[in-house]
Amino acid sequence: MKQQTFSERLHIDIPLLFGLIILCLFGLLILYSASGQQSAVIYNQVVRMLFAFGLMFLVAQVSPSRLAGVSIWIFLFGVALLIMVLVIGYIGKGAQRWIDLGVIRFQPSELMKLAVPMVLAWYLAEKTLPPSLSQIFLSAVIILIPVGLIVKQPDLGTAILVSIAGFSVLFIAGMNWRYITGLVILGALMIPVSWMFMYEYQRQRVMTFINPEQDPLGAGYHIIQSMIAIGSGGLYGKGWLNGTQSHLEFLPERSTDFIFSVLCEEFGFAGVMVLLGLYLFIIYRGLYISMHAQTTFGKILGASIILTFFVYIFVNIGMVSGQLPVVGIPLPLVSFGGTSMVTLMIGFGVLMGIHTHRRFLSD
Amino acid sequence: MSPVFKFKDANHEARLIIRRAVIAGILATIFVFIVSYRIFHLQVVMHDHYSTLSQSNRVKISPIAPTRGLIFSSDGVLLADNRPSFSLEITPETVKDMDNVLKNLGEIIEIGESNVSSFKARLKQNRRFESIPLMYNLSDEELARVSVDLHKFEGVDIIARLNRYYPLGPMTSHAIGYVGMIDEDELSTLDKSNYIATSHIGKIGAEKAYEDLLHGKVGYQQVEVNVQGRVIRVIDRTPPVPGNNIYLTLNASLQNLAVQALEGKRGAVVAMDPINGGVLAMVSSPGYDPNEFVNGIDSKTYNKYLSSVDIPLLNRALQGKYPPGSTIKPVLGLTALRHGVRLPDDETWCPGWYILKGTSLKKGDWKKQGHGHTNLRKAIAESCDVYFYALANELGINLIYESMSEFGFGKRTNIDIGGETAGLMPSRDWKRKTYNESWYPGETLNIGIGQGAILATPIQLAVATAVIANRGNVLKPRFFDHARAPLSEETIISGEKEVLHSISISEENWERIVDAMHDVIHAPNGTAKRAGVDAKYQFAGKSGTAQVFSLAEDEEYEADKLVKELHDHALFVAFAPVNDPKIVVSVIIENGGGGSANAAPIARLLFDDYFEQIGIPEVTFNDETTDFL
Repeated sequence: MKQQTFSERLHIDIPLLFGLIILCLFGLLILYSASGQQSAVIYNQVVRMLFAFGLMFLVAQVSPSRLAGVSIWIFLFGVALLIMVLVIGYIGKGAQRWIDLGVIRFQPSELMKLAVPMVLAWYLAEKTLPPSLSQIFLSAVIILIPVGLIVKQPDLGTAILVSIAGFSVLFIAGMNWRYITGLVILGALMIPVSWMFMYEYQRQRVMTFINPEQDPLGAGYHIIQSMIAIGSGGLYGKGWLNGTQSHLEFLPERSTDFIFSVLCEEFGFAGVMVLLGLYLFIIYRGLYISMHAQTTFGKILGASIILTFFVYIFVNIGMVSGQLPVVGIPLPLVSFGGTSMVTLMIGFGVLMGIHTHRRFLSD
Repeated sequence: MSPVFKFKDANHEARLIIRRAVIAGILATIFVFIVSYRIFHLQVVMHDHYSTLSQSNRVKISPIAPTRGLIFSSDGVLLADNRPSFSLEITPETVKDMDNVLKNLGEIIEIGESNVSSFKARLKQNRRFESIPLMYNLSDEELARVSVDLHKFEGVDIIARLNRYYPLGPMTSHAIGYVGMIDEDELSTLDKSNYIATSHIGKIGAEKAYEDLLHGKVGYQQVEVNVQGRVIRVIDRTPPVPGNNIYLTLNASLQNLAVQALEGKRGAVVAMDPINGGVLAMVSSPGYDPNEFVNGIDSKTYNKYLSSVDIPLLNRALQGKYPPGSTIKPVLGLTALRHGVRLPDDETWCPGWYILKGTSLKKGDWKKQGHGHTNLRKAIAESCDVYFYALANELGINLIYESMSEFGFGKRTNIDIGGETAGLMPSRDWKRKTYNESWYPGETLNIGIGQGAILATPIQLAVATAVIANRGNVLKPRFFDHARAPLSEETIISGEKEVLHSISISEENWERIVDAMHDVIHAPNGTAKRAGVDAKYQFAGKSGTAQVFSLAEDEEYEADKLVKELHDHALFVAFAPVNDPKIVVSVIIENGGGGSANAAPIARLLFDDYFEQIGIPEVTFNDETTDFL
């Protein structure tokens, strides 16, 4: 029998943990500057990080097979919470995304970012791969039920991310390229339809993305100021704590959605390379873990978590650099805020669990 | 055929998933390259562009107002100062409930309706983080009261700023004028870049006339601002250049004396250097407190000034139009001499009245029993009206108009501080234009004794008297002596004597008139001989008593029967010393009665004080000339 290493017994993947810690520290460095050197913000963020790392560690103890077993229940529980949120929101006559548990506020839509890929991975792993058209259809239903509820909240950003998480499972599960192409075309056709269902502020965001200069002091202001922050950083940046766009408050949402621009301004292109390098390392390690997972469920779920992680990064950077519309997606593990960090770290916990819970054939 | 049952092929599925995972990894790598390229494009290729935008975002040029130059009198008395004054200011963005704060402040000190309303007006215009003055010039008591409770009011501050202050107050109001807040009209005409930080501008008087010298040059600081425009720090600073200090010809001691002499009276005094035109004193009584105008006068005080029967805001020295009365007799005498209408010894018989030939118009002399045989010298010394009726009649209005105009009557003197009126020198043309009537000979008689339509300002009388004193030069009166650079104290510009034109009259004729005016003071029959008693110097003058309303031919002037407003104006013009004139004075006291008794002593007072200061010139009066009196 192969000897289990110490980290395997703890169900921790050292390289992944290492990458995550470095990323979080780098994130704190940027956040300290972006927040205007408020140690209170840093303290707050560190507490959340410790909490998220703790959750990651706990989740990592759960074996993939058990996870697969409970995934349908987590999913149904999540859907129930989403309905509850809508009902509370309806009664309270306003947008409602939260469930207040007293100590922490909890966003059920956030749970769906993991519950949807889990239930899909569980469902598809039982079937013969690649999934057939009917399986894809059923998967689509599984995705669209929570997505529809989230759109109702309304929270278009999260709805898109949940859809992407679900789609990434289908992609990893080997969905036929023809279907993928079809889905992309269908998505393109949906754009004009969804335009009709958008709220005014959502349309505004899209219009701003298409032409930020049309309203430089209004809706386009954020994007223009963000691009100025990025562009003025140059190769090596203005130096830590020396960003003028952020410190003089020209940059909006600099601690949260636009924190990447702060990095660009203060650390320049060199800093961007470091951050992207860290992200790539985590993605590669995550994909490596997925590829070496023992079960199909583990393979599919692991790769889809990483894929979703990557989409976050791509959408956020695309957004702040003016390539994608502003949809309110934080930069993973760098932006200030707990909810998305907790979800991400639970995801990484799942990954570690997949990697470290191995049944040895020799037993 | 039974449905195709696909066996789960674990290896095949694993390969499929791994293939997809590899594709995902490749896709991620490609996207990272795309993102990197985009960021590279922004940060490196477009760096200069965005760097410039970032710079213009954060750096703003903020102007600094220069300190206004000071104004001094010739004897070194500070007339216009910049004093730190404390104002109560509120920064709107830090105040949650403005009405409540104003109410609570109002319980500590009295704020005043007008302050609150002007504050509220500015509240709408200003940016939220800029403090807005609520009250200016806090008194020591107000300052103390607010300071004690200041900690209770967030966003309320006591700010010290430099405020224009006129130490002598009403004493110099009409000469120095005052500064006030720049208004819309001024804003449209002045150099906006230099005044961008300036709040006050000279409104009237020397403050207005020498605005350019006093203002200084605006400074700039490059400041880093945040998105709301709040200044974060100063990057670079070009200090403002303070305005130049101005030294006036005004003599504070004389000014003070003149103010005291006119205390409780309506009138004006002008004292001037007859050689260079420098104004030594200019008082219009009553004055007003210029300090009240600096930060905007409240309407109550302003209305009080406006409704006062004494019209304190009127600068009588420059704008008061008075019939000059007998003070113009020397000029008329000169006109007769230079045109040969009279020889010095030509005598006129004065029975106490004058009848215009061919008419029934009879004009009385102020001396009912008459002056008897009167030559020019006696006519001036005793101020014989009949002599000048006859003289004026022979000169005719055309010649009188021409000559009087030469002496500056009916024309602005071009005094440097401006704000004067031209008075009125009537002529045939004027009569036709104004009344569409021809000139009546009887009117010429009135002009002969400085009555009728003729109106002169005290400054005009001073300038005309100076022409006699300096024997022919019509000077431009001026307050400006020199300006000194603020730090080096170097004189950068000096006021020049400016002769507007010269009147050529023979030396003898000047002396004849000067002698006659000397007699007014020093001869036993001089009308103002009491003003000359015990003078350590010799001076020359001419009194005047101007009727405010006309008497019928047979009526007599009885002062105690008339209301004060109908009493005669007392006038007096004089210069001293006679042969080396250093100072010329014109005095007018509205409804003051006889000029020799009421106005002449004021001139004497000024002369005494002035010679005390500068010493009596060596040249003594030639006794010969007094012999024949």
